[in-house]
Order: sequence, then C-alpha cells, then structure tokens
Amino acid sequence: MSSHADLSALRSRAHAFRKTILKIITRAGSGHPGGSLSVIDLLTALYFHQLRHNPKDPAWADRDRVVLSKGHACPAWYVVLAECGYFDPGHLWTMRQMGSILQGHPDMVRTPGVDMSTGSLGMGFSAAIGMALAGKRDGRPYRVYAVLGDGECQEGSVWEGAMFAAHYGLDNLVAIVDRNGVQQTGRTEERIRLDPLADKWRAFNWDVAEIDGHDMGAIVSALDRAASAAGRPHAIIARTVKGKGVSFAEGAAGYHGKALTEDELARALAELDIAELNVEARG
Amino acid sequence: MAITLARTTASKATRDAYGEAIIEVARDNPRIVALTGDLRDSNRLEAFAADYPDRFFECGIAEQNMVGVAAGLATCGKIPFVSSFAAFSPGRCYDQIRVLVAQPGLNVKLVSTHGGLTVGEDGASAQAVEELALMRSLAKMTVIVPADAVETAQVIRAVAEHVGPVYVRLGRGGVPVLFDDSYQFSIGVAPVLRDGGDVTLAACGIMVAEALEAAQLLGAEGVSARVLNVSTLKPLDEATILAAARETGAIVTAEEHSVYGGLGGAICELVTAHHPVGVERVGIQDRFGESGPPRPLMEAYGLTAGEIAAAARRAVSRKRAS
Repeated sequence: MSSHADLSALRSRAHAFRKTILKIITRAGSGHPGGSLSVIDLLTALYFHQLRHNPKDPAWADRDRVVLSKGHACPAWYVVLAECGYFDPGHLWTMRQMGSILQGHPDMVRTPGVDMSTGSLGMGFSAAIGMALAGKRDGRPYRVYAVLGDGECQEGSVWEGAMFAAHYGLDNLVAIVDRNGVQQTGRTEERIRLDPLADKWRAFNWDVAEIDGHDMGAIVSALDRAASAAGRPHAIIARTVKGKGVSFAEGAAGYHGKALTEDELARALAELDIAELNVEARG
Repeated sequence: MAITLARTTASKATRDAYGEAIIEVARDNPRIVALTGDLRDSNRLEAFAADYPDRFFECGIAEQNMVGVAAGLATCGKIPFVSSFAAFSPGRCYDQIRVLVAQPGLNVKLVSTHGGLTVGEDGASAQAVEELALMRSLAKMTVIVPADAVETAQVIRAVAEHVGPVYVRLGRGGVPVLFDDSYQFSIGVAPVLRDGGDVTLAACGIMVAEALEAAQLLGAEGVSARVLNVSTLKPLDEATILAAARETGAIVTAEEHSVYGGLGGAICELVTAHHPVGVERVGIQDRFGESGPPRPLMEAYGLTAGEIAAAARRAVSRKRAS
C-alpha cells in the first residue's frame, strides 16, 4: 500500500525524469524518446516503490533483477539508475558517445545496474526467464522484472519464453508490457496486430493485469499484486502513450528513434513544466 | 615431439563422449547445468537428466529462448551447457548468441551435436556446414572441434573450467578413436600428431583421421607430411601453425565445413599476414549437402584422405615451382 504522498513523490520523480530523458537524447543527437517516455512511469514505480536492490552493491546475489527487453528505451533506464545512485548522473550527458559507460542500447559489461545486455528485440525476456529459473532452483528470494515493448511481442521468441516460464511455474517473474501501440513505422495494430494481447498472455497460462501505465496508483497496485503472485508468472499490460507528456510526440511513430531538435526540446520542456504545475495545483 | 596415437580400430561418437563427460564435470561442479531443445536423446543428455534432474532444463523446440535462458542462468552463476543440433544452435539463435552471450562474454557453453555433412540422410537442412564461420567471427567466442571421443571428453572438462563463451561442435556418427589417455588437450593448443618437413596437413574434427591416413599415403611416395590437430579454431595456435608454415612451406587444411570461414579461412588469414605460403583448403565447396550415408557423402564432397593427399601434392609442387 502506498500513501497519497508516496504516489505524489513518484509522479514528481517521473516528471523530472521525462525532462532529463529528452535532454540527454537531444544532447546525444540520437536515441529513442517515444518509448522512453511511455515506459518511464513504470520504471519509476519499479525502482522507487518496488525493487529490492542496493545500488552500492549492484552484484548483491539476492537483488531483484530488471531486464529492459525493449532496450532502445534505455535513456529512461539510465536516468532512473543514475537517480538510484548506480553511477554519477554526469555520465548521462555522455550517452552514446565513444567511451561512455552508457551505450545506445543496454550493456551489462559497461553500466552498473544493468543486469543484461539487450538491443535486438524479443530476447531480453528470455534472459530474465533464465534469472528467474536460477532463483527458483537456488531457493533465492529475488524477483525478476522483464520490461517489454508491445511491438517486440511480434517476435516469436517472446512466446517461446512465455510458454517456458509458465511451464516452469516461474511466479518470481513479472513481465511488464509497455503497450504504447506504436512501433517504428506505425501503429502496432496496423503493422502486425497484437490484440487481444492480454488474452494471448492468459492463453500462455500467465496471470494478467491490465492497467493505465501512466496512472501511478494503478502501477503501484499492479506491482504489489504481481509480487504476491503464486504458482504462475505475472504479466502487467500497461496501456501507455508513446511520447507521453510531449503533445507533438504523443502517439507519433516519427519519435520512435529520433532525437528532438533543440527547438522541439524547448517546447517539450515548457509543456512538461506546465503539466507539472497543474499536477501540483491539483495537489 | 609427436603425440602417441592409440593402437586401436575402435570408433565412438563424440556426442557419446559428451554425454559421459558432462556427468563427470557436473559431479565436481554444482554450478553446471544442461539445457536441450527436445533432443535429450540425440544430445546424449538422458543420463544427465536422470542424475541431475534439478540441473537439467528441457526447453522444448525453441532454441532462441533456450539461449536467452542460458544467458540469464549464467548471470546468476550457473555454467549452462546448451545443446541442440548445430543446424539449430547456432542455426536458429545466432542473434541471441551474439547479443546475450558473446557481447557480454557470458559463461555459456554451446555444445552442439550433429555438426557437419555426415549427419547424413536428413539432408542439407540438417547439415550445418557453415556455422563455424559464424561462431568464429564472434568476438570473445572460443570455437572447438574435437577430433575423437577421447579429445571430446577432455574438451568438455576444459571448457567447464574456462570462463567465457565457447562453441563446441560434435558429430553424429562414430569416429575413429585416435588418442589414448596420454593425450592432453588444452584450449588454443594444436598438437603435432606426426612430424614432417615437406607439407603440413592441418585438420579438425573427423578430418584429423583422414589427414593421418593422407600422411601415410604421402609417406609412401616420399613426401613427408606434418599433421596438426587444430581442434581449437579460435583462438588459433598461431605459433605452431606459423612454425609449420616456415618449416614445411606448404599447408593443406581439412575440415568437415565450408571452405569459407572455417579452419581453412582461419589459417589463410594467419599465414597471409605473417608468413605467406601456399594453402590448399579441403572442405565443402560453395554448395549445400544432400541426403546420403556418411561415408559416401564424404567421398562425394571430397572429404577424404585421398583428396587431402592430392591437395598436398598440389601444394608441394606449387612450393617447388615458386
């Protein structure tokens, strides 16, 4: 259970993270703003409400694990990891540059707090399953959170993994699907239809929750419920908006893999500031 | 300096040796786990599954997920041995191997059986004759093709100790037992099986036995052939191969693989950079295989002692002409 104040704090954090995400992508000159903004509320709740971890000891054996299977959204992850203290936030401004600890897609060798390298879609999920399996066999208490994009659910290996995880009863595994409905070149339902997406996971013997992925109260409740799942793996299908918070990027495929220009960034930051004021005014 | 070869006509499949060896290494090391994609029988993991049910993971017919699961297990301290047919792993899961195993350098052992043309009657789709090129081109990946069952057992012991990603290619059918218990495999060491000064025959896998036979044929003609067992394609034993290039001036490579990108490619890359000599590559030319029994396939595709000897004669005459 979370108090109103806790939720408010999570919202404030997510707001701040949105702005940093956009700034560091513009600074890098490339990256994936759309999917970073759609997933940031989920990552914020995960790291600042749910996770058992110790940023001072990233290799702690009993830490909860996170795999960002939609690896292109790593700017969101990096901002959260920096805030947690996994590395100096100054590194954020080196993202995608030669020699940076922050690569264009997650690299577990370079970045503290990154438990698995990802990049190609549909495969980080399988690695998360391997971590959950190891935890089960070793009697470890940790949980594993796999964050997937909806577009990547078009990869067959996702369903290989879904079948496997249910077969092995991995109730220490939570799949969070960022259902923003947009992939590289258009709406998911126009490219290759995913709906009924929740039914697909149910058909693979997963417990499924469907939530608004920008409603912090709903996210926190869903994470709490997922943490008490027993016997079966748990999927949270989070309906989100690609580019959430930036009017001209919301729902637009064009902002999947393109940095904002400096002008666009200024407009976006102004919008986010106004939105934050409104949130605070509502209390 | 040459290795003592076993005095036997016995034959044994390398996959059989794998099934026995993994149980041995698992006994010593509880971190070792095995994964297979509905091939526990063909991969010779049934005994492992019976002895270590908690450390055996059936992954079903889903090789991409299997490799991802292995990567996840490896991050948690397990030493996964991932097995399938070479046609499927790495055949179907190259990207998973590339991003989840090789790039992070995870401690995953990919041990595939049924590599090469001699898989036989199932035909071209089942005959992986190009996967060594794929695995060899991945940074951080160690690539090993043992020559017989004795070496396979030692390879499995060695890779269990080695930290990092490894691809081991095993075969389906029986191969001559070449070595006795005095043989000592080390990763990256290409032992000289027979000394000689006129030409070097560098072989891996089932072609090592053919190379030894070719050396005998050549010896009868007065051509002295050195035979190297280059079981580790990567990292290559550069010192031994360059010494052979310098001392014999001609090299023949022999492998049950495409002539592109495997052992022949590796040795050409090395010698052209450091000590250019003529290299003849015996292997599968630019074509796919077909259904057939192993021996006739080897003959039809030029994977025989006779072909190696013919290539050696060409290499020697080229050396003398230059």
